[in-house]
Amino acid sequence: MMKAKEPTAQAIKSERIYSDWGLTDEEYRRIEEDILGRMPNYTETGLFSVMWSEHCSYKNSKPVLRKFPTEGPQVLQGPGEGAGIVDIGDGQAVVFKAESHNHPSAIEPYEGAATGVGGIIRDIFSMGARPIALLDSLRFGELTNERTKYLLEEVVAGISGYGNCIGIPTVGGEVAFDPCYEGNPLVNAMCVGLIDHKDIQKGQAKGVGNAIMYVGAKTGRDGIHGATFASEEFVEGEEQQRSAVQVGDPFMEKLLLEACLELILEHADILVGIQDMGAAGLVSSSAEMASKAGSGLILDLDNVPQRETGMTPYEMMLSESQERMLICVEKGHEAEVIELFQKYELDAVTIGKVTDDGLYRLNHRGIEVANLPVDALAEDAPVYNKERVEPARIKTFASLADFQPEINDGAQTLLQLLQQPTIASKKMIYETYDSQVRTNTVVLPGSDAAVLRVRGTQKALAMTTDCNARYLYLNPEIGGQIAVAEAARNIVASGGQPLAITDCLNYGSPDKPEGFWELWTSADGIAKACEVLATPVISGNVSLYNETNGKAIYPTPVIGMVGLIEDLAHITTQEFKAVDDLIYVLGETKADFNGSELQKMTLGLIEGKIMDFDLFQEKEIQQLVLAAIKAGLIESAHDCSEGGLGVALAEAAFKQGFGLEVKLKMPLSFLFSESQSRFVLSIKPEKQAAFEATMDGKAHLVGKVTDNGVLKIETQDQSIEVLTQTAKELWEEAIPCLMK
Amino acid sequence: MKFAVIVFPGSNCDMDLLWAVKDILGEEAEYVRHDADSLAGFDGVLIPGGFSYGDYLRCGAIARFSTIISEVIRLADEGKPVFGTCNGFQILTEAGLLPGTLLRNESLHFICKTVQLQVVNNQTNFTSEYQLDEVIQLPVAHGEGNYYCDEATLETLKENQQIVFTYAYDNPNGSLENIAGIVNEKGNVLGMMPHPERAVESLLGSEDGLRFFKSIVKNYGKARANA
Repeated sequence: MMKAKEPTAQAIKSERIYSDWGLTDEEYRRIEEDILGRMPNYTETGLFSVMWSEHCSYKNSKPVLRKFPTEGPQVLQGPGEGAGIVDIGDGQAVVFKAESHNHPSAIEPYEGAATGVGGIIRDIFSMGARPIALLDSLRFGELTNERTKYLLEEVVAGISGYGNCIGIPTVGGEVAFDPCYEGNPLVNAMCVGLIDHKDIQKGQAKGVGNAIMYVGAKTGRDGIHGATFASEEFVEGEEQQRSAVQVGDPFMEKLLLEACLELILEHADILVGIQDMGAAGLVSSSAEMASKAGSGLILDLDNVPQRETGMTPYEMMLSESQERMLICVEKGHEAEVIELFQKYELDAVTIGKVTDDGLYRLNHRGIEVANLPVDALAEDAPVYNKERVEPARIKTFASLADFQPEINDGAQTLLQLLQQPTIASKKMIYETYDSQVRTNTVVLPGSDAAVLRVRGTQKALAMTTDCNARYLYLNPEIGGQIAVAEAARNIVASGGQPLAITDCLNYGSPDKPEGFWELWTSADGIAKACEVLATPVISGNVSLYNETNGKAIYPTPVIGMVGLIEDLAHITTQEFKAVDDLIYVLGETKADFNGSELQKMTLGLIEGKIMDFDLFQEKEIQQLVLAAIKAGLIESAHDCSEGGLGVALAEAAFKQGFGLEVKLKMPLSFLFSESQSRFVLSIKPEKQAAFEATMDGKAHLVGKVTDNGVLKIETQDQSIEVLTQTAKELWEEAIPCLMK
Repeated sequence: MKFAVIVFPGSNCDMDLLWAVKDILGEEAEYVRHDADSLAGFDGVLIPGGFSYGDYLRCGAIARFSTIISEVIRLADEGKPVFGTCNGFQILTEAGLLPGTLLRNESLHFICKTVQLQVVNNQTNFTSEYQLDEVIQLPVAHGEGNYYCDEATLETLKENQQIVFTYAYDNPNGSLENIAGIVNEKGNVLGMMPHPERAVESLLGSEDGLRFFKSIVKNYGKARANA
């Protein structure tokens, strides 16, 4: 096929072709006048347009990201590399990052989700780490329309297809449903890896004359302008963006993973730097590697492995073909790398070399097709301080009376809540993920956090993703605090000390002052919670423009957290362990119904003021739980979240089909209140005195575990009796039923 | 006893098998690449789960043309124990070492969970440490574990007591007669969909797979003593 001739530099300027690629007039002017002193050609304009997209440059979110605490004694690598790294002692460290793949998943859910998983795995092994676990945080519209069911089915199939094949266990995550995600589902994937300190790599290209080598899959025309695409809103009727979605091959990535780890672990002496070709592919990886090291680069594009004929420089540089890495190797050692990758039947090709002139130069068929200052691409993107305006709803919410539920039949309400898709069992989903491969998973999906042992030690890692976006919709700042606090609560309930977080900031358009206000304000909340809970932000990504037809999603900053369990004996799960164990509720329950699952179920919407939330009280409660777990006083611990105490108690009884007998000094409705900073704990009767002595009067004895299979809960005004088995079946069958 | 754990491109349970027999059981074990041409010095072969060659074409269909397969066949012919789990089972059927085939799960979904298995033949070199009809718990994790064979083959399997494991209550994949694992006529090649190597430590929920590997080692020791 003959290709249309590329527009001239003059035409790009006069016809404003650059604006189709997402560059503003001012950005073009800056490139032409301030940076180059000439008009950029077609290829160069393309390079700038992707490198200066929000997805690559964070031009809108940089001022927001600066708020986050990123340091701590445990942090070995903060934001800025492929992934963040945290020390776990004994010369070992944990590497993790989460990333969104929302836009591709909305268009082509299977491949969008699959390549999201593939991309985050590459970020982890590009640091030199062995990936050990995957988690996924998903948001969809209500399961009442066919499109949403299709999206859920395909996204889950994509995650399962990629993760299972590459052989990294998918151990946790969350799935929530709200109408605001109907046209714009969220697919956030997190990967966790293990590394020895000595093996930590950087994405850098330095040392004049050193070789730039391309390894992995060949380059095709898929995903061109994916990064720009991810930085735009969806508009109905515009479906030409399909070519911006990439196609994944987990088998190829498995080979690439093993080859790269062999290179890193056994040829450290010749490896200078390594980086994933992710968003904006070859241009982003190469420009960042050179810019970080203060070097320049010359690339010869004729050597780039291509799977299609007639590709232009523009297409090669912007392609987001998957399963590719860029490495910088000491000159003269290229043959060793080629031989190593040959063993895995993978391409390894020298495509360029490092220079010291700070220039980014591309040659194609004997012609120089780009010549730019490398920092201009990677570092000098404009940074915008967008306008912020508080959305009108916040004031409206402040003036509303608090939601006061009227509950006639408490048992029925409990059963209904258990069937809400956000609360209902996700077994149908997680059973399609291989959660056990590599035989390290101690706590499988379904508990508060997943737990993996660290082989050869007595340690384990707890990991979770969390975000209740409804709270952020009511109040972004407090909601942001709660998202971090809830993640920490889940880590603590599993016996771990929270270490650090990664975040996926999923928001609407920052070009709307209300949208940017949400991002800005919730970042304040996240930052404060991270400071108080001593969990710095070590990596993450930003996904803006999550809007369909002008309507934004709830602000949804998904928090991925990892914690260290010092001793395997501390590993704790949510389910009750034995009959007659005493049940305690730690923390205070109040009339907190705004933003709750109960409010949504009753009114079909959420509104009102957010509940009071105190980070210091939260921290204190968490410390009490962790200390009691470490002292061996606790049999089970479960975070109280969506659906409140009623749901938490039922969930704790489900696994073994226990009953329980609980008396609560509160009105029935409080059973479904979502007051924060609470845990349901169970302990052995003989440890009652020792346990209470550590709890500072904050834990309330409410009842015990029974063997009659009945959930019996007495409150001040009503009693509930429900068969555990009945409740469990409804909870497990809710999503399969809706999917039929 | 010295085991070879065969590594194909795309194998991903290789480490788990090596860990189970080497670190947990204390036997010798080494990885052997798909393109190696000798299994000299090995007493048994373990073929791991995973997605050899990405499951392209058909599960196990490409792996069976690997260089190492002729050596696996040689050891099988010599009567040495050959074991394949999950994708390993699929490769053994493709290589003609075991009859039948593994179809897509009836649900069309990949399924990962712990299942109850009944040991319906404990007179093999792989199951002698179990009681007859004992129900054990092992994890499964597969998308194509639906065992199928023609009627004549099924009759032969039954006559020769080649069916070793069946799903006890809940069949996760729709396999014929609830078949989960079979052995060849000679009794030295066993394939099964469940993963005994994932159940060798109480920390991870079950130790029921441990006796599977212990049976292999014990019977190999006995055979050598009698030789």
